[in-house]
Amino acid sequence: MSAVIESHDDHHHGPAKGLTRWLFTTNHKDIGTLYLWFSFTMFLIGGAMALVIRAELFQPGMQIVEPEFYNQMLTLHGLIMVFGAVMPAFVGLANWLVPMMVGAPDMALPRMNNLSFWILPFAFLMMLSSLFMEGGAPNFGWTFYAPLSTTYAPPSVTFFIFSVHILGASSIMGAINVIVTIMNMRAPGMTLMKMPLFVWSWLITAYLLIAVMPVLAGAVTMMLMDIHFGTSFFNAAGGGDPVLFQHIFWFFGHPEVYIMILPAFGIVSHIISTFSRKELFGYSSMVWAMVSIAILSFVVWAHHMFTVGMPLAAELFFMWATMLIAVPTGVKVFNWVATMFRGSITYETPMLFAIAFVVLFTIGGFSGLMLAITPADFQYHDTYFVVAHFHYVLVPGAIFSIMAAVYYWLPKWCGNMYDERLGRLHFWLSFIGVNVTFFPQHFIGLAGMPRRIPDYALQFADWNMVSTVGAFLFGASQILFLFIVVRTVMGGKKATPEVWEGAQGLEWTVDSPPPYHTFSTPPEVK
Amino acid sequence: MFNIRSTFISSFTIFLGLILSQSAFAEWNALNMTEGVTDISREVFGLHMFIFWIVVAIGVLVFGVMFYSMYAHTKKKNPEPASFHENTKLEILWTVIPFVILISMAVPATNTLQKMYADEEGDINIQVVGYQWKWEYKYLEDGVNFFSNLTTDQDEIYNQTPKGEHYLLEVDEPVVIPTGKRIRFLITANDVIHSWWVPDFAIKQDAIPGFINTAWTIVDEPGIYRGQCTELCGKNHGFMPVVVRAVTPEDYDLWVAEKKQAAFELAQLTEKDWTMEELVAKGEGVYQMNCVACHQVNGAGIPGIFPALAGSDIVLNNKPRNVEILMEGVQGAAMQSFANQLSEVDMAAVITYTRRAWGNDAKGDGEIVVPKEIVEYKENKIKI
Amino acid sequence: MNEGGKKTIKMLSLAVLGMFFFSFALVPLYDVFCEVTGLNGKIDLSPSRIVESDISEGRDITVQFVSHNNEQMPWDFGPSDEVINITTGKYYTATYYVKNTTSKAMVAQAIPSVAPSNAAAHLKKLECFCFEQQILKPGEEALLPVRLIFDNELPDNINNIVLSYTIFDVTEDNLDELASYMHEHGEDHHSMGS
Repeated sequence: MSAVIESHDDHHHGPAKGLTRWLFTTNHKDIGTLYLWFSFTMFLIGGAMALVIRAELFQPGMQIVEPEFYNQMLTLHGLIMVFGAVMPAFVGLANWLVPMMVGAPDMALPRMNNLSFWILPFAFLMMLSSLFMEGGAPNFGWTFYAPLSTTYAPPSVTFFIFSVHILGASSIMGAINVIVTIMNMRAPGMTLMKMPLFVWSWLITAYLLIAVMPVLAGAVTMMLMDIHFGTSFFNAAGGGDPVLFQHIFWFFGHPEVYIMILPAFGIVSHIISTFSRKELFGYSSMVWAMVSIAILSFVVWAHHMFTVGMPLAAELFFMWATMLIAVPTGVKVFNWVATMFRGSITYETPMLFAIAFVVLFTIGGFSGLMLAITPADFQYHDTYFVVAHFHYVLVPGAIFSIMAAVYYWLPKWCGNMYDERLGRLHFWLSFIGVNVTFFPQHFIGLAGMPRRIPDYALQFADWNMVSTVGAFLFGASQILFLFIVVRTVMGGKKATPEVWEGAQGLEWTVDSPPPYHTFSTPPEVK
Repeated sequence: MFNIRSTFISSFTIFLGLILSQSAFAEWNALNMTEGVTDISREVFGLHMFIFWIVVAIGVLVFGVMFYSMYAHTKKKNPEPASFHENTKLEILWTVIPFVILISMAVPATNTLQKMYADEEGDINIQVVGYQWKWEYKYLEDGVNFFSNLTTDQDEIYNQTPKGEHYLLEVDEPVVIPTGKRIRFLITANDVIHSWWVPDFAIKQDAIPGFINTAWTIVDEPGIYRGQCTELCGKNHGFMPVVVRAVTPEDYDLWVAEKKQAAFELAQLTEKDWTMEELVAKGEGVYQMNCVACHQVNGAGIPGIFPALAGSDIVLNNKPRNVEILMEGVQGAAMQSFANQLSEVDMAAVITYTRRAWGNDAKGDGEIVVPKEIVEYKENKIKI
Repeated sequence: MNEGGKKTIKMLSLAVLGMFFFSFALVPLYDVFCEVTGLNGKIDLSPSRIVESDISEGRDITVQFVSHNNEQMPWDFGPSDEVINITTGKYYTATYYVKNTTSKAMVAQAIPSVAPSNAAAHLKKLECFCFEQQILKPGEEALLPVRLIFDNELPDNINNIVLSYTIFDVTEDNLDELASYMHEHGEDHHSMGS
């Protein structure tokens, strides 16, 4: 196959200069970069809030913040990490990689692409500005259960609702863009079952987004109507039902969880295969596993609400359906291990993150399986065991995969190699930090510490202290990450087009960095 | 050149040292779920451990293979990678085996769940109501009725005094149940969603305003069992513990009789002539228990959310309105009616306290309210 | 943009709109679901037309009545009888006592809930004070009836049922109704009280 390389200094096709380049850009690479930097900024802000939480929990007693502010921190931390850090990071990766991987010149809808990015900063400015409003920021948790988030909410809840609407619209536009690009702009010869797994994972993710983001929009719209227009969707006095809110929220929320992990599956599959120097084991079963996980995600939502008082039949159904998810997830893990088996493995930073992903995500999966067991869930529910579980799948899961992706594709994006030594140091610090932070939370959860409390009984003190130490270590090591990335972008050893020995895929056939416009003439895929 | 390996090893040593330096870590029950004190809770614990060991076994197997190839199949030791990339038999096998394992988990789990749902008539029925931020218990058969408030001192919470053994897990009135009897809890809420959790009974049930949820237990051993609210319910979500005291049936009957006697004596107290000092002294305790969460210890409230009582016009010079607010609440505000929540004596005492505390006595009329006035208010207010 | 792309966009946009409206459709769907499964112990808030069946096929059960005043709503409110023994397939009337102990006219709404929740589907009410809002003048009291029947299909393991009513203060949302009610009854509610 051959790629058409355009001259880098061709003025008509090169980037504009200055700020307007970024404001008006319709180039998928520029927008990808914007998404990634935005996501990293949000990651630091949300992380700072997490450190406020951990600092308060360092010792029993109230030391640093008041309970009211603590609740605002935990709410904003959740919202920012989910909607501001993880999701935009994956959209950024999709922007950079999907067109290059399918051999398309750009995303299908470049202007909409610009719009879907640039409304995001406004959504989050609005959400963060609520911190300075009377009554403070949203304080009802990222799950915003009614009536705490309606009748009992601070006035800033209206801004929160609009903010969710905007970022929902952004996600939907991003998802439409990805689907249209993948369905219509693949290079000749690239059939669906020849697509790179990252592209597959994003195609499935985008369909999930299309299906559930409108439901989230519906849920917050109902809240808005309850608060301002006298309806009673979630108000028992008017014939509504607060539990209905939870059903609608988790109908969105559970697929949302997979939206945050499916692209990670794609990324890790690429990296493990490259550094094992071996073709990915079980490509088609990987695809089917993701499809079945996506379908199952629509029928398991109520496992988040086993304690609301559902009838036995419903509890049993959701327990069994949830346990079923372990099957396709297991297949994926086995496939990754089989890919490594009898490979020829080297441990560059992306591979370290990918291996840590497999191990720690699996641990998160194990605790997920335990949580699926309804009778035991009565003991686990809303304790730190749950906090440990979802942080294991989201931090060393989703976030490690994003970091792995950055190390893996950064040389391609900017043409320079990162400092391998520093990269490994960043990995080890993060790896230790994550485990020291979240592993002890299993213990304090099992021992009976509820989540979302600003102060706790004395028997939980020791492990909370350990957890806080780990959190600060993890937080500090991300400054190193910033340093490494900035230094790599500024300069360093030049990267070859292939970057990694034996890396497969169209993106490795173009220069590093790639020209501003790639694949203006589609490549031929055999 | 700095060495990554030594950095890793030294930080790991620090971490280990940190762990070992804490003696409390030796206690296993600080690490694992409680076995609890009921048949159901023991069954749940068994289930938990069963699933736990299964996932440990799977983990050892999968990670074992993975770590082996990480060790044996490096580029150095295995420069020529194998080329296999599918194996239908293997793939079917590792789809079917997990499925079988899952069934072996689902069967006992289903069994236990069915037992938990066998919701029969209780020997004793207790209505549990979650409030921001306390619990109310109403004994349907025995007619006993009370609130259960956190008793941990604000000074302990704000690190002014050492923390007691049951820091944040102690209440003024625990819910008392007899051993060996079937207790049914009818759980609901007054405002937002709460969740009533006692780990030792393996009961966790959401309390939802307008709806009733049930849970039941039979406790064998007398003892004190502590739990907490487990659904974010606002500012003081972390400060509304659940404390259950299980006693023998004989002691339970005694307790019910005592509660009834106490209620009778309280009614008598209403008739008594109270002095200002007595009322202020009593009122301070009532205030600590019921009002500080919002209006704060110093009566300053939280600006923009909860109004100040220190220097408030109503508290200073408008006694009728002052009483009315406490009795009927404020429409559209967080302030609820306390008429059914406080006795006449407590009501009079707490109003008197707020009218005399924080220099209010000097700034306003300083008029006190006696219990008889509250009784009169209840009677006279209403013209049929 | 080629034809295929335009078509995909159209389909996706329709899907987005469809899912948005679907989220609202979840509200009635949920109610239907609740009624069928008894989820939440939610009960229909409208009268049903079930005739009495053969009592000889019925069995004896006890019904326990409980009450709660939401947000410490200041009325006196509670069941006249805390427990009744009834037979399935036969109508019974129970009452709740209510009294407005405040100096203002108020509007209230009672919300029923049944435990265990799978009994809800078998409870039918011919008449219930929860079907409509209650307006009481200051000091006014009333006995509110509920006429109910449990059908013979009530699962065998259920012998004891809790019927709970939570009373909500909905005055704020119904000031117009309150004013017209007071007008009809020839009184201005502002003149009442102390």
